[in-house]
Amino acid sequence: MYEVLKNMELAPKIRLFEVYAPEMAEKAKPGQFVIVIIDEKGERIPLTLAGYDAENGTITFVFNEVGKTTKQLGILREGDSIWNITGPLGNPSEIRNFGRVLCVAGGVMIAPMLLQVKALREAGNTIVTAIGARIEELLFFEEEVKALSHEFYVATDDGSKSYKGLDFLRQILAKKKFDRCVSMGPVVMMKNVSEITKPFGIPTVVTLTPIMVDGMGMCGVCRVTVGGKMMFGCVDGPEFDGHQVDFDGLIKRQRMFLPEERLSALLWELQGGCECGRKQA
Amino acid sequence: MAESKPKPKIKKESVPILKQKPEDRRRNFNEVALGYTEEQTLEEASRCLQCPKPQCIQGCPVEIEIPAFIKLLREGQYEEAIAKIKEKNSLPAICGRVCPQEEQCQKFCVVGKVGEPISIGRLERFLADWERDRGFAMPKKPPATGKSVAVIGAGPAGLTVAADLAKLGHKVVIFEALHLPGGVLVYGIPEFRLPKKIVQAEVDYIQKLGAELKLGYLIGRTYTIPELLKERGFDAAFIGTGAGLPAFMNVPGENLGGIYSASEFLIRVNLMKSYAFPEYDTPIRIGKHVVVIGGGNVAMDSARSALRLGAEEVCIVYRRSREELPARREEVENAEEEGIICKFLATPTRFIGDEKGWVRQMECICMELGAPDDSGRRRPVPVKGSEFIMDTDTAVVAIGRSPNPIIQRTTGGLEVTRRGTIVAEENGKTSLEGVYAGGDIVTGEATVISAMGAGKKAAKAIHEYLTKKPFA
Ligand SMILES: Cc1cc2nc3c(=O)[nH]c(=O)nc-3n(C[C@H](O)[C@H](O)[C@H](O)COP(=O)(O)OP(=O)(O)OC[C@H]3O[C@@H](n4cnc5c(N)ncnc54)[C@H](O)[C@@H]3O)c2cc1C
Ligand SMILES: Cc1cc2nc3c(=O)[nH]c(=O)nc-3n(C[C@H](O)[C@H](O)[C@H](O)COP(=O)(O)OP(=O)(O)OC[C@H]3O[C@@H](n4cnc5c(N)ncnc54)[C@H](O)[C@@H]3O)c2cc1C
Ligand code: SF4
Ligand code: FES
Repeated sequence: MYEVLKNMELAPKIRLFEVYAPEMAEKAKPGQFVIVIIDEKGERIPLTLAGYDAENGTITFVFNEVGKTTKQLGILREGDSIWNITGPLGNPSEIRNFGRVLCVAGGVMIAPMLLQVKALREAGNTIVTAIGARIEELLFFEEEVKALSHEFYVATDDGSKSYKGLDFLRQILAKKKFDRCVSMGPVVMMKNVSEITKPFGIPTVVTLTPIMVDGMGMCGVCRVTVGGKMMFGCVDGPEFDGHQVDFDGLIKRQRMFLPEERLSALLWELQGGCECGRKQA
Repeated sequence: MAESKPKPKIKKESVPILKQKPEDRRRNFNEVALGYTEEQTLEEASRCLQCPKPQCIQGCPVEIEIPAFIKLLREGQYEEAIAKIKEKNSLPAICGRVCPQEEQCQKFCVVGKVGEPISIGRLERFLADWERDRGFAMPKKPPATGKSVAVIGAGPAGLTVAADLAKLGHKVVIFEALHLPGGVLVYGIPEFRLPKKIVQAEVDYIQKLGAELKLGYLIGRTYTIPELLKERGFDAAFIGTGAGLPAFMNVPGENLGGIYSASEFLIRVNLMKSYAFPEYDTPIRIGKHVVVIGGGNVAMDSARSALRLGAEEVCIVYRRSREELPARREEVENAEEEGIICKFLATPTRFIGDEKGWVRQMECICMELGAPDDSGRRRPVPVKGSEFIMDTDTAVVAIGRSPNPIIQRTTGGLEVTRRGTIVAEENGKTSLEGVYAGGDIVTGEATVISAMGAGKKAAKAIHEYLTKKPFA
């Protein structure tokens, strides 16, 4: 059992959780994720670490309320417990002084990107960040990211705030030499970022989010094709070379269980979106 | 001839076991084999000849004193009989159900030369169930030794080590990566062959002995082995992490939706209870035409699970012939009775999907058996131009599993083979001081009983190591 210490809304349907998990807090590194199981009937869902505090024994993650499990998480109150959390999982990010780094994050993944930016900055890099969301209301952590960046850009899909889409990245890249690009967010966004950086020859690292079950290399559901080879997102990743990833294959595999996910979410809503109708954990 | 001598009459047929009828069981997850009643058990036990030089024992990987326990059983001394088994085997309720007895003890039983061998496994199961039903007797707690051991992995190997060392007074902490203990016993072998409450009872017992169970700890990530020994103060460690890494075939289309590794398929069904979706949150989708590729126990379990999940037709595709099927014969029979079709001498060459990325067809090629290979079995070779197509909307790839690699990758100085297994001596000792290993992680995919046996040996060696080791 892991106690929820904080449940905070960052933007509509985007929540930040702080959970008491001292052993994980001590071992976690940027780029890693945890697997959360809300109760004994729950699914195992992976969430990227957005923070950890060894002193207070806490870990932080930020999630989007998209389906049954994340909605059910969302209604937990401070003081409630999560049945099981496994982690930290996955390979930590490579953090060292690369030189000038372009960090591009979208949606809910702005949160773990903040952690990444912090670490890269401490390692002595010059940081240029671009964060984005579908619409302006869904943006969060703007000030925090900005404070750690040497240059900072914001974009939305509809152009309601600053830049529209990702095309402006080309102009940034054309102006200065970049040594690395780190991208976290929706798969389509990471795909576009990788396509943009490729002609500039900038090594680009993307964080892949395939469907996972065990998260420890035992099931293979998280398989992705990278450079023509089969890789497991959970143990070989989650970070991969964006110029080698078969993004279209990944997108298809992410949608495998769409009908079941819809059914699950619908039943949840019909039950009033609460614990009633389900045995108390 | 010998038959005419006034020797005891041998009852050639063993007492048949009650099973759920095929037409019932093919749609439910309840246990298939119902077990002997007390009366049937005694009748079967009466067939044992109590050979002065029993052959059965040599077939048992942990050398249970089979005639001795059968004698006690016949005399009605059930408690002593189960104690006799437990001298060598700490998981009899499990082994009585899943051991390949026909390849082990029962293969050597002399009665088998004239008729059916004694059903040793069913007798073992009866005694173990009898004991569990009346509640395990707890051994007296020995004084604490002050030494502590980290056991990694809660499969049969790890659970055995934990039980034996806890009984000796050592402090034991089991670290299990998944959210439930049992290893393959919970995530792999289906409920209809091994009810999960039996595994849970064993785990409860081990916890009552004093072992602490930590779930959701992936060693190599949360802690590494050196950290457990140096920073966390453990005096020794046992690695029983099993062989769970799934193999794929590397044929085109293998990443299409609807194609599962057997591990994924069985983890969803058993560990995550997808058969009860949407009551349980983890989904699984079963099509009308399910194919399972492979011929071992894992393939049989996958096929039989798919049938129970509502598939119209389940076909096992195996590249050799019936004679070479590695699965237990009993399970193949069970599967065929339930209506599963076996297609021999064929192997997939590619999968064909629809525009949504879901598998629709599987192309196979016919095989014929050529010269024997390293394993002594005849090597299957493709027959040119013999490709054919099967309608397939779910495919389960059950062609083998290799050792879980995380510990090997994160433990400097730990000697590992090219196959990825950990190098260990007969007693489990590895190349690192105080670090022992056993079960599938050392042997590659094997059996429950061999993992349990390796655990027993390692526990003994660890105990000796700890007794000699001075207090830090
Ligand atoms: C390594 C990794 C890190 C992630 N980090 C974050 C994060 O920090 N914040 C965040 O909001 N989301 C993150 N995700 C995605 C998150 O796991 C899914 O949003 C979540 O599982 C949805 O569950 P649900 O029941 O609420 O929705 P569902 O309705 O079940 O699913 C919605 C969508 O989420 C994806 N999904 C569903 N089940 C899984 C699963 N078991 N594993 C992975 N994806 C799944 C599918 O693409 C699906 O279409 C991450 C995924 C991975 C693999
Ligand atoms: C579907 C299936 C059917 C089978 N049927 C039979 C049968 O009928 N009869 C038979 O005798 N054998 C059968 N087997 C084989 C048998 O189950 C195995 O040989 C046996 O379970 C091996 O035991 P183990 O303790 O070595 O490993 P496992 O049972 O694999 O347990 C290893 C445990 O370690 C955990 N783990 C792995 N890595 C880590 C880590 N880094 N940190 C923490 N924990 C970790 C795993 O989650 C797992 O729980 C079957 C196997 C399968 C897959
Ligand atoms: S070989 Fe068969 S008959 Fe002889 S002791 Fe063993 S089980 Fe009994
Ligand atoms: S999630 Fe199962 S292997 Fe990666």
